[in-house]
Amino acid sequence: MTPRQKRFTWILVGVALVAAAVGLVLFALKNNVSLYFTPTQVYNKEAPQARNFRIGGMVEEGSVQRQQDGLTVHFKITDTTNAMEVVYKGILPDLFKEGKGVVAQGKLNADNIFEAEEVLAKHDENYMPPEAMDAIQKAEDAKAASGNATPATK
Amino acid sequence: MAINWFKYSAPSTFYGLAGKLTPWFAWPAALLFAVGLYIGFFVAPTDAIQSEAYRIIFIHVPASILSMFLYLIMAGYAALGLIFKTRLSSMMASALAPTGALFALISLWTGALWGKPMWGAWWVWDARLTSELILLFLYLGFIALQASIEDPRRADKASALLAIVGSVNVPIIYYSVQWWNTLHQGATIKMTGTSMHVAMQQSMFTVLVACWLYAIAMGLSRVRSIILEREANTQWVKELPEVKQ
Repeated sequence: MTPRQKRFTWILVGVALVAAAVGLVLFALKNNVSLYFTPTQVYNKEAPQARNFRIGGMVEEGSVQRQQDGLTVHFKITDTTNAMEVVYKGILPDLFKEGKGVVAQGKLNADNIFEAEEVLAKHDENYMPPEAMDAIQKAEDAKAASGNATPATK
Repeated sequence: MAINWFKYSAPSTFYGLAGKLTPWFAWPAALLFAVGLYIGFFVAPTDAIQSEAYRIIFIHVPASILSMFLYLIMAGYAALGLIFKTRLSSMMASALAPTGALFALISLWTGALWGKPMWGAWWVWDARLTSELILLFLYLGFIALQASIEDPRRADKASALLAIVGSVNVPIIYYSVQWWNTLHQGATIKMTGTSMHVAMQQSMFTVLVACWLYAIAMGLSRVRSIILEREANTQWVKELPEVKQ
């Protein structure tokens, strides 16, 4: 091998080793790298019990309830298999909406209700003008109205 | 017509070529920035959910893409310099670093400005944001390492190693939103298509091309300064009309 090829091989081997090392570390730290736990993970006791963690998913449709004081909100975070009840006192971000993504930070209380200290909205990767949004909404409504003969396919 | 490309791997010939090429990238870049941002601010419709705040993507997305691509190109040049001992490759690597750092900073900054009203937080330690921050630190580390070693050839070697090792971070940034739960949304532009309105796409891709041209123009003009600095003692530099006077 010429010195040039030798240097090239060394760099290739080096990058491969570093990549493997970083990959293993990240794989081992999988739960720490992830920003939040899903409700299913919480049900399976994978989430920490005594300390703060984040829980993420969708705000369940029809689950948002505001208390009399106007600040305390009850809602459910769902990953479509399991849902967690969440209570939060504070101002919600603009994008917070039923059926949209959300990440809440806090801890479980004795009644297994998640007491959130911070609620963040998670945006999806779709960008469209209001008219297009309306059109999609109408199409979905029409599909729902046309009866159960044609189940909605996703 | 056969061009002897290797001729341009010599700093003395590339200096002139880079000088001639720079305006051909700089002016179209300025033009496309103007066109792209015009479409972005006046033609593209309001977003249904985020209303006007989404317009940050016309800067944020191109800057993020460039910050990652420029790092790979920089690491590639650094590797070439290390393997083939070509001086110009190492100079190109150092010429690209500040532009890459700038794009990484713009990406983080605009992301924070968008994150506060949309997510409700300036910053979260999710995988996408953290790995992009590491990218900025890698750029800054590369620049600092280069500056801290007196002998340019040793500086090139040390910083090339840093650049090559750091390139492992780039795929992590890209795939972070798939591998882990993150607050940052997934990719809008995919191989299979784009989940975005047409005018929004036009604006974003125009600004993306503008950013590319800008990065090339900046790289070329900066490499000229680096060549002059490093070759200051050579005869050809002393005979340059702009140096003589």
